[in-house]
Amino acid sequence: MIDILISDPTLRDGNHAVSHQLSAKQVAIYCEAANKAKVPIVEVGHGNGLGASSLQVGIALESDKVLLETARKNLSNSKLGIHVIPGFATIKRDLQLAIDIGVDVIRVASHCSEADITQRHISYAREKGKEVYGVLMMSHMVSATLLVEEAKKMELYGAEGIIIMDSAGAYLPNSVTEKISALTSSLNIPVGFHAHNNLGLAIANSITALEAGATILDGTARGFGAGAGNAQLEVLVAVLNKLGYNTNIDFYKILDASEIAELEIMQNIPVIKSESIVSGLAGVFSGFSKQVKRLAKEFNVDQRDIYFALGEKKVVAGQEDIIIEVVMEILKKDKHE
Amino acid sequence: MKKLRVAILGSGNIGTDLMIKIQRSEFLDCVLFIGRNLSSPGMAKAINMGINVSDESIRAIEKNPNCCDLVFDCTSAKNAIHHWEILEKLGKIVVDLTPAKLGGLCIPAVNLEESVKQKNVNMVTCGGQASIPIAFAIGKTHKNIEYIEVVSSIASKSAGPATRLNLDEYIDTTEYGVKIFSKAKTTKAILNLNPATPCIDMQTTIFAKVDKANLEELKMEIDLIVEKIKSYVPGYQLLVPPIYENGRIVVMVKAIGLGDYLPKYAGNLDIINCAAITVAEEYAKNRNHG
Repeated sequence: MIDILISDPTLRDGNHAVSHQLSAKQVAIYCEAANKAKVPIVEVGHGNGLGASSLQVGIALESDKVLLETARKNLSNSKLGIHVIPGFATIKRDLQLAIDIGVDVIRVASHCSEADITQRHISYAREKGKEVYGVLMMSHMVSATLLVEEAKKMELYGAEGIIIMDSAGAYLPNSVTEKISALTSSLNIPVGFHAHNNLGLAIANSITALEAGATILDGTARGFGAGAGNAQLEVLVAVLNKLGYNTNIDFYKILDASEIAELEIMQNIPVIKSESIVSGLAGVFSGFSKQVKRLAKEFNVDQRDIYFALGEKKVVAGQEDIIIEVVMEILKKDKHE
Repeated sequence: MKKLRVAILGSGNIGTDLMIKIQRSEFLDCVLFIGRNLSSPGMAKAINMGINVSDESIRAIEKNPNCCDLVFDCTSAKNAIHHWEILEKLGKIVVDLTPAKLGGLCIPAVNLEESVKQKNVNMVTCGGQASIPIAFAIGKTHKNIEYIEVVSSIASKSAGPATRLNLDEYIDTTEYGVKIFSKAKTTKAILNLNPATPCIDMQTTIFAKVDKANLEELKMEIDLIVEKIKSYVPGYQLLVPPIYENGRIVVMVKAIGLGDYLPKYAGNLDIINCAAITVAEEYAKNRNHG
């Protein structure tokens, strides 16, 4: 039986779904439930990770300190994980603090072609004796060859595993196979996949990743995450059990945890909205959805036009300000017509 | 007029672009271009252009201290600290293009005259050069600024290895600069690298949370300062004039480069290099007058 390492970013990716307004109380409640289910890693924080609370991507209700301290108190079986993007989070201001609070797992992320910005953060976290992974976001945007090159850099810096993210929910299963196979055949460390559900393929793509050799998967309660949401964790566990993979997660307890999450932390259960489909097709970062929606309404512009324009500009995670520029451009164009 | 003799320390993207730009200066003479590896692309360019080069790093100046009056440090924040220890003893003026923050921060459109009173002047960061003048204008027209945030996106191809390793210092120094020049209570800086092809132009967004937005006066101040920046960075432009949206002021600017070493998208090189040359020329003019 193959062991699959599950990381649960309900309290991190899910924070996108509520514009980063998860409260300490909600974090405590879900951590307790996930801990009971023995979820291996529970990832907590602002949607864009450590140090990301900002006007650009959204001001969080709680500080990193409060979020992580609360999670720490409520996790004993599960490890506490964080998502760290250099360019947002600095070592001195953010990472040191998180390590002092006692995080166990540090996932250092960059846009899929920019792995070299992760060198210092990965090295630092390794020096501190933490479990460290490299994360390549928006991985649909580059070829398998380039992805392997970037993943190898992270491996060299000290990453103990590489997770590629389908941050836009843009993957079709054949590209999952191509990219995960390329990675597993070139790296000496485990490979993982983080799905989004814009095209309804989150679970299918996750399983495809395993078949291509991945051994790490991300999933969230009810799929709670940015845009159309992630792979739904309780479904994922059920399917993995049925396929004969081993996750060490207590099935009934993860079902319970998802009920609790639905009741206590979600304003809405993620569904694939019309604009999520467009976003997935355009290959736009899922975390943009709340701001696109708000600006479309504010300036009376069609969300679909915004997504396609953003896709054409090939914007990356963290470039939320470009949404404003795109809206201004659409308005200007409308005026001329 | 006697030109000021300058040396460039660091043969990466910044140093090489600077070298090319200095060839056009009436006030500066690039006497030495210094790196660590004669076969690097920057070195090759310098040799090709007939500039004196050295691969001995700071040793080149230690061995021949009279070779220059002013040194542009285009290495990394970490190396700049070590270089300044040596260059200060040698009595050199240093224009520091790393985010080491050893000298006072200089934004030519704001504090050129005061800056050249120092022996070490820091050029903040590319994002700082783009955003701080706008933050300064916000500070001039608004009291009690709660928060300013500046976000820059640059083309991946324009960010060399030192820039990438210095991301934390970039953030730290930019935040510090925005705070000092705007007097905002708290500040935040974010940097995105975008690998899209064709390459994106350097673009910076400034967000501010203020008590009461005064967009009209701000617009006037911004127009004035943008003109001032344009006098030394021709490709600097206001992309989205101040709007008030979702409880915050938003301004967007963009910097298109002159396309000297890297193509025009690398406005991040131009904005800091043009600023650095403006400062060095000011030293040269002062010396000629003095």
